[in-house]
Amino acid sequence: MKVLVAVKRVVDYNVKVRVKADNSGVDLANVKMSMNPFCEIAVEEAVRLKEKGVASEIVVVSVGPTTAQEQLRTALALGADRAILVEAADELNSLAVAKALKAVVDKEQPQLVILGKQAIDSDNNQTGQMLAALTGYAQGTFASKVEVAGDKLNVTREIDGGLQTVSLNLPAIVTTDLRLNEPRYASLPNIMKAKKKPLETVKPDDLGVSLASTNKTLKVEAPAARSAGIKVKSVAELVEKLKNEAKVI
Amino acid sequence: MTILVVAEYENGAVAPSTLNTVAAAAKIGGDVHVLVAGQNVGGVAESAAKIAGVAKVLVADNAAYAHVLPENVAPLIVELAKGYSHVLAPATTNGKNILPRVAALLDVDQISEIISVESADTFKRPIYAGNAIATVQSSAAVKVITVRTTGFDAVAAEGGSAAVEAVGAAHDAGISTFVGEELAKSDRPELTAAKIVVSGGRGMGNGDNFKHLYSLADKLGAAVGASRAAVDAGFVPNDMQVGQTGKIVAPQLYIAVGISGAIQHLAGMKDSKVIVAINKDEEAPIFQVADYGLVADLFEAVPELEKLV
Repeated sequence: MKVLVAVKRVVDYNVKVRVKADNSGVDLANVKMSMNPFCEIAVEEAVRLKEKGVASEIVVVSVGPTTAQEQLRTALALGADRAILVEAADELNSLAVAKALKAVVDKEQPQLVILGKQAIDSDNNQTGQMLAALTGYAQGTFASKVEVAGDKLNVTREIDGGLQTVSLNLPAIVTTDLRLNEPRYASLPNIMKAKKKPLETVKPDDLGVSLASTNKTLKVEAPAARSAGIKVKSVAELVEKLKNEAKVI
Repeated sequence: MTILVVAEYENGAVAPSTLNTVAAAAKIGGDVHVLVAGQNVGGVAESAAKIAGVAKVLVADNAAYAHVLPENVAPLIVELAKGYSHVLAPATTNGKNILPRVAALLDVDQISEIISVESADTFKRPIYAGNAIATVQSSAAVKVITVRTTGFDAVAAEGGSAAVEAVGAAHDAGISTFVGEELAKSDRPELTAAKIVVSGGRGMGNGDNFKHLYSLADKLGAAVGASRAAVDAGFVPNDMQVGQTGKIVAPQLYIAVGISGAIQHLAGMKDSKVIVAINKDEEAPIFQVADYGLVADLFEAVPELEKLV
């Protein structure tokens, strides 16, 4: 089966971002950018499905700026076969991304689409669910295990109280959670090979997709800072403070 | 202006997260209706009708809505949403699963995990693991919103007497089925609702060592959480994860044990009223947000703490 994986270029998870002085957003100048960690898990899952002989072709797609080609090349180095960049301004809202992905799904007709559950920049956790709505496909969100069983897909999901397993008709949408797998690193020979793999660039206009959003960010501020308290010298002192000063036990 | 709150429920009654979500709805203003979708949820509807400030409870009781599969429940909410200015759900795994599907079907962007209501169309929400707070305005005819429960004090579970009304035809998309569920069994309070949370990180060394935290938690009546590092290392299951991509908690007392304090973890607990950190590394960033820091070997400090509280 053909598997489509969506990836997002985001600020590296080790970077502590700062809010711009004019409150228009966060300062991303000269900041390290990477593939969103949950998207790495999505790529890894697709590669494992291919290694098992379940997936026949892996197409990786990103909706974002020209520079997102770097993340697509990374995915190609990890084992994806070809890449599509839907080139657009970098601050798109989730619905616009989902619409662009829907257009790619219509064209590519994958049996399975894997996305990260959440991007660590906008923290929305919604694009996969929105893509499922627009395609009318079933969704297995926050997946910790994915198994193809005939024409169905069994997905074990991380839910608040534990785990839930659902059976989905294919084609289906899966969003990855932390424990689905542990992504590999790309080897140098594979990084070299990835440079020769096909990477197609399309514009949202070519796909006939509107990128309009009903959400508008008015301002971005730094959160109220929490100041450091005191160091206590012993457990006894800690218990005394908690009982008599903080009054929480 | 009328607001529809999609109820989260467990064990036959509305969950505490529903009460926080009704509180967010009350801040927006207007009548608040609560939707209970599921199978054999009459008891849940009765408990929802008692919530303070709720004007009406809508019940969609049908086999198609058992286990609240999003493929079936989203079309139901879309059908009902046309009569509402806002649709709200708590940002639980259920809410996060269903509401974006509703938003896309309504052709609107969702406003995710709001922590405050500025006006009927403007909300604040954390981005970048809580390192920035965005103020977002929505022009959608029906505003679809998930609510970070720690941002709103729960309304009273008792005191209301709303009318209960059966609604909605069965929407069975027929593309997904529930197979099974493995729920963690615990006598301890639920992580996101607990007044005290004891969390362990990579410093715990292994899963077995979490017994020290369970035993302390039982003495304090606390829930037990973990950092992503501890989950990644396989010490404990993911449903215990506190952080940017796990659960968001804001208890009265948060005790971080052997947790270094990565920004992703702080995102999940820094709104706690009092934070205690126990770590042998005095340079650990967790001490920068802790009200009380103790530089000590956790394997000595935790048993001693258990003895003294």
